[in-house]
Amino acid sequence: MPHHWIPNSSPEVKNEMLKALGIKDVMELFNDIPDELILKRNLDVGFGRLTEYEAKRKFLEIAGRSKVFTDPPPFIGGGVCAHYVPSVIKAILSRSEFYSAYTPYQPEIAQGLLQAFFEYQSLMAELYGVDIVNASMYNGSTAAAEAVRMALRVKRGRSKVLIAASAHPEVKEVIRTWLLGTSASIFEVPYNEGDGEVDLERLKELMSNDVAALYIENPNFFGVVETHLKSAIEIAHDNGSLAIVNANPISLGIFEAPGKLGADIVVGDAQPLGLGMNYGGPSAGIFGIMDRKELVRQLPGRLIGATKTVKGDEIGYMMILQTREQHIRRERATSNITTNSGLEAIAAAAYVSLLGSEGLRRLGEAILGRTYYTLERLPSIAGISPLFTSATYFREIPIATPAAGDEIVKSLLKEGIHIGPPLGMFFNRYRNSCLICVTELHTKKDIDRLISSLQEVVNGA
Amino acid sequence: MVPKSFRQAVWDEPLIFELSSNAKKTFEIDEEFKDYAADAMRKLPVEALRKEAPAIPNISEPEVVRHYTRLSQMAYGVDQGPVPLGSCTMKYNPKIDEELATLPYITDLHPYQDEDTVQGILEIIYLMQKWLAEITGTYICSLQPPAGAAGELTGALIIRKYLKEKGLSDKDEMIVPESAHGTNPASAVMAGFKVVKVPADSEGNTDLESLKSVVGERTAGIMLTNPSTLGLFESRILEISDLIHGVGGLLYYDGANLNGILGIARPGDMGFDITHLNLHKTFAAPHGGGGPGAGATCVKKELADYLPVPIVDYDGRKYRLRYNLPKTIGRMTWFYGNIVPMVKSFIYLMMLGPSLREVAEISVLNTNYLMRKLTSLKGVSLVYGEGRWRKHEVVISFDRLHKDTGVSAEDVAKALLDRGFHAPTIYFPLIVPEAHMIELTETETRENIDAIANAYEEIVRQAYEDPAKVKDTPRNTSIGRLDALVGNHPKTVTPSYKYMSRLRTG
Repeated sequence: MPHHWIPNSSPEVKNEMLKALGIKDVMELFNDIPDELILKRNLDVGFGRLTEYEAKRKFLEIAGRSKVFTDPPPFIGGGVCAHYVPSVIKAILSRSEFYSAYTPYQPEIAQGLLQAFFEYQSLMAELYGVDIVNASMYNGSTAAAEAVRMALRVKRGRSKVLIAASAHPEVKEVIRTWLLGTSASIFEVPYNEGDGEVDLERLKELMSNDVAALYIENPNFFGVVETHLKSAIEIAHDNGSLAIVNANPISLGIFEAPGKLGADIVVGDAQPLGLGMNYGGPSAGIFGIMDRKELVRQLPGRLIGATKTVKGDEIGYMMILQTREQHIRRERATSNITTNSGLEAIAAAAYVSLLGSEGLRRLGEAILGRTYYTLERLPSIAGISPLFTSATYFREIPIATPAAGDEIVKSLLKEGIHIGPPLGMFFNRYRNSCLICVTELHTKKDIDRLISSLQEVVNGA
Repeated sequence: MVPKSFRQAVWDEPLIFELSSNAKKTFEIDEEFKDYAADAMRKLPVEALRKEAPAIPNISEPEVVRHYTRLSQMAYGVDQGPVPLGSCTMKYNPKIDEELATLPYITDLHPYQDEDTVQGILEIIYLMQKWLAEITGTYICSLQPPAGAAGELTGALIIRKYLKEKGLSDKDEMIVPESAHGTNPASAVMAGFKVVKVPADSEGNTDLESLKSVVGERTAGIMLTNPSTLGLFESRILEISDLIHGVGGLLYYDGANLNGILGIARPGDMGFDITHLNLHKTFAAPHGGGGPGAGATCVKKELADYLPVPIVDYDGRKYRLRYNLPKTIGRMTWFYGNIVPMVKSFIYLMMLGPSLREVAEISVLNTNYLMRKLTSLKGVSLVYGEGRWRKHEVVISFDRLHKDTGVSAEDVAKALLDRGFHAPTIYFPLIVPEAHMIELTETETRENIDAIANAYEEIVRQAYEDPAKVKDTPRNTSIGRLDALVGNHPKTVTPSYKYMSRLRTG
């Protein structure tokens, strides 16, 4: 049956085209498929063929069974938090010259796209204090996994990776999965019970000459700022290991850039930079390195560079150093990645352009300020305290609760307030704990409401 | 009347860094909690605080919007014209998908929301797990892979884990045809396999004799795409399946080329144990200028326990995230995959439903209609599978033209740009010299296919009459032909704004 997305399905056109090929039935084009493989029925997919208005209604019926939290915005942390997505970003992303384009394999007709990617790379390099950032990975978790894989190639012969135990539990799992095809082994570096930061003494002890890299997050999964990150990086370097730092880009307006602290590879997840929460994806994975030959050679993913025209009279942009990539190098490629997160990278670039260095600093302060306002209000609730009493927090705070974390989450939900995730999801020892997250979206009134509702829930527990 | 020729926008748009001028007002952020921030920062060690602001320009909102709008006008997507890149399935992206998938019901959901508050999105994932299994002839699909290559790695890791559980870890060879997408060998190696290559026969099929000679005790599996990158259906797929299964190996299906057989034949029925899909190709989610895409990895029942976690379960009342798959390989990404493009594909499938086979029929009709027109051109040949119908794509060779005139496949591609068409994939697959790999999807009109054929005809004629003119293309795009040597040379390589002086002085 003809469909309005398929112009040549109208019978007149179709018949004329068949005639041009000298055949009567379109199925003759499939005569090289053995008959036993030809499906003799329609696929059982969907709800029957739907018009656009029927589809829209059906979609809204299904999608509407989810609840969107706006008043107050969710206080849920765990790598993704509710941040504001400026209207400008939505407008730019709705340009179909961008979103309906393919990878810019023909640079002369894709200069705008390439320039946008080049700017993304340059802006992120500035933010993270590194020399080179690629054109993006899928998200922060796969960027972390690729960084660890890269470190193992750079430090060939070394087969251990140290991962801060305070890293996001799902990121740890992603790294483990992406290493299944290697002989590498992973060891966790514990954190201090008091301040939640990486235990530098234990880190020193765990270092040995077969450690390829240290992977550490800042702020870590618990929202704890690693104030001694520089020392941790130095310990890795003293051992001849690489330091991989996964930093939250929204914190870098106020906290030191990981590249400036000595990190060899930096990664991050771009969700806070004007991307939606999207139920976890898509986002963009930021991946940057220092400009050293052994690192550049092993860099995964696409890289955009500036160049000249053949005539030499103009500067333009194209994909460069592609001999690292799968479509050229095949089984010897640095990664299998091809599709990345181009559109989300443009969103992140547009977002930091909109805020500027000034806006990024203010935003960092706005979030840090809310974190400390929340911390100040927490002691008013009997039975609730931050998990690490002497930590510096940014955006996320783990709270110890008098009842199981998931029960507290459920009780608060009845008040229309959503905190989470309960830490029992990932750590048996933290069953009575839960994360909360505050961002620029939360007003003083929202935070006060959270505190008073928590109070009521705890009193009732 | 002389027809007007294509002209792409040319904005002399500076880099965003060069837009920064006098003090500008950037996006407003409240300062209500400034004192709290200042207090906190005072207590931090100096080394933890940023000392030097990043060199990110401070510009106003209208300037940002104008900058990106101008850049967008120097890009080219499916909404402007055909993008016949082979193996990329660049079909029209329905606008209803864009509208609905970007509603707050999707974009404003937090991945750790309580399950009771995300029943809508879980139902969509659940239905996609089922629908894509029906389409591929498998049992269940994981929507976790964020793109096609990640879907391949998922599949390769499942094979690895499966063989390990069976005590067959010495099976360490993955067979990959020479014409395969580069992601196949790359994914196989990432999963720890050695790659064994097999050539194609003159018909464009996998050479069965060569295949038989490499299949053995150490064969873990084979990664195939069917139809192949030559656009040809692997007619003896059942024999290949028996051969691989006969030595205890598994068959992996690269779904990049599924569009040509959608609803007509299914990988699962051909004997494939694992299939990956690119939702941003076959199911109309946009490619975003390079991503984000969305992948799926679909498996037969006996491999279901190996899928990445979580998957979505339904008990007849509620949808739940299930983490306890006993043999899971783990996680390919945090959270649940690329939800927004997945939702776009959901809406696409919802509207087409049982009419999906029309997609394959017309895309294949379009391909063969174009092939008929192109193969009559002087200097053009088909290298493999002469006389066979193509499926989703066709690969033509300009080897003769190149030898006759010096005009290369790349020159022809650039001349196409000048006529307002995106070029096809060039120099791939590697087994075809001076290749153009052309994929016209079902959403292209006959008028456009005729226009592309006419453009090719004109370019070929020009190549024989005045080759220098073809080599001096493109001229109608925003910029003339770029120099890859300068772009890649160690002295002039410029991967970031801060290295621009290398080009300006060089």
